Amino acid sequence: MDVLSILIDWSPYIVTGIAATLGLVLIALGIGVLLGLPMALGQVYGSRPVRWVIGVYVWFFRGLPILVLLFLFWFGIFPGIGLGDVPAFFVGAVVLGLRGAAYQSQIFRGAIQSISEGQMIAARSLGMSRFVAICSVILPQAMRIALPGWSNEYPNMLTDSAVCYAIGVAELLTITSRIVAQTYLTMPIFLVSAGIFILLNYGGIKVLHGLERRIAIPGFGSGAV
Amino acid sequence: MNDNNIVLRVEDIHKSFGNNEVLRGISFDVRRGETKVFIGPSGTGKSTLLRCINQLTVPDRGSVWLDGEEVTNSGARINYFRQKIGMVFQNYYLFDHLTALKNVELALLKVRGMSKSEAREKALIELRQVGLEDWADHYPAELSGGQAQRVSIARALAMDPDVILFDEPTSALDPELTREVLEVMRKLAQQGMTMLVVTHEMGFACSVATEILFMENGVVAEQGTPDLLMHDPRFTRMKNFIGQFDSYRGD
Repeated sequence: MDVLSILIDWSPYIVTGIAATLGLVLIALGIGVLLGLPMALGQVYGSRPVRWVIGVYVWFFRGLPILVLLFLFWFGIFPGIGLGDVPAFFVGAVVLGLRGAAYQSQIFRGAIQSISEGQMIAARSLGMSRFVAICSVILPQAMRIALPGWSNEYPNMLTDSAVCYAIGVAELLTITSRIVAQTYLTMPIFLVSAGIFILLNYGGIKVLHGLERRIAIPGFGSGAV
Repeated sequence: MNDNNIVLRVEDIHKSFGNNEVLRGISFDVRRGETKVFIGPSGTGKSTLLRCINQLTVPDRGSVWLDGEEVTNSGARINYFRQKIGMVFQNYYLFDHLTALKNVELALLKVRGMSKSEAREKALIELRQVGLEDWADHYPAELSGGQAQRVSIARALAMDPDVILFDEPTSALDPELTREVLEVMRKLAQQGMTMLVVTHEMGFACSVATEILFMENGVVAEQGTPDLLMHDPRFTRMKNFIGQFDSYRGD
């Protein structure tokens, strides 16, 4: 049997692996934004206790190796709160998301803090509440500034998602190693897997760059002369 | 408070930053349609005074009244008063991510709750007022300093304020752009807009001000019509202040 026919035989299985990997990445990035953005706002505008709690969160999730976090949640926290029979896929996505939120919060914080104070002053001088000013003036600018840095999160998350192999999520690396175990075609199969990772990476980066261009504003944040 | 024409009353405003007492008891009344111009050396608290009026800076002591209602200690109602007290800044502070039109529209939509078409119509009227209707779709980075400042004036005007505070509106502009901004302000004054202006433009002050307040060391040192302060021999301090610059020019 040559490599090609083996790949064709296994292709439905590989597709489910790709789907699982993309599922992990998209859910985790979603959790990362939904938690990371409010955390960034809390760190910039929040009271001292709020800033402290967020600081501890960031310190914790950035401080531990991703595999340690994964095992901690898979063997400890999820069973500990009575969610022991939650699928590994879900646990993996949540852990990647919670960890991503810690990193993303700092990307968003930097972007928010880079907006000049005058923008808030002008908004308040027109009678906007702080909340309206943040939503209508600060965030639309900060998100544009954050996007290039945030784009790093996609390839990071894509490559990090492979650690879910360790808890048995049937994502691309797990599928790859199972095919290898069945066929003993180690290098060819891993090279195909690597090729798929790189293509997924390329596609996502293309989408993000396209988004960057779409929301670009003349003279704002581009630095182009 | 019996004078119905008084739109803004400022009473005994004090403000310190650390040990630096910037404002040491400022009081004045502003009648509807008046243009009050504040002159004085840097660091005498002119800008701080303007910011104390709309509470962007909270004064340590004293009170501000708009149409008989207290602006100081007004809690969340401050957002209502700020609509009625427009402000124009030295560095324009236009919203960098929005076109000129949307800069003017934003507060109409988000604060006044106007519909999109109402807000657009109103914003275009204000841009026309400052001569920038044709620039409605340009972003701040595409505008000259003078145009940007005129957009920010339109943005303040759109809220139909009772009074507009101008905080050194031309200090970041070259003489030509300064002139176009001052022309707009002169027109507003003639139309009866109530204005408080911190500026170093003596020509503007003397020709437009109904009253000049010369500030020094956190107090109003001299106060009167331009004619009085410039020509009455009893007033010397503002003349001395201006005279310093004249001697540099070699007049």
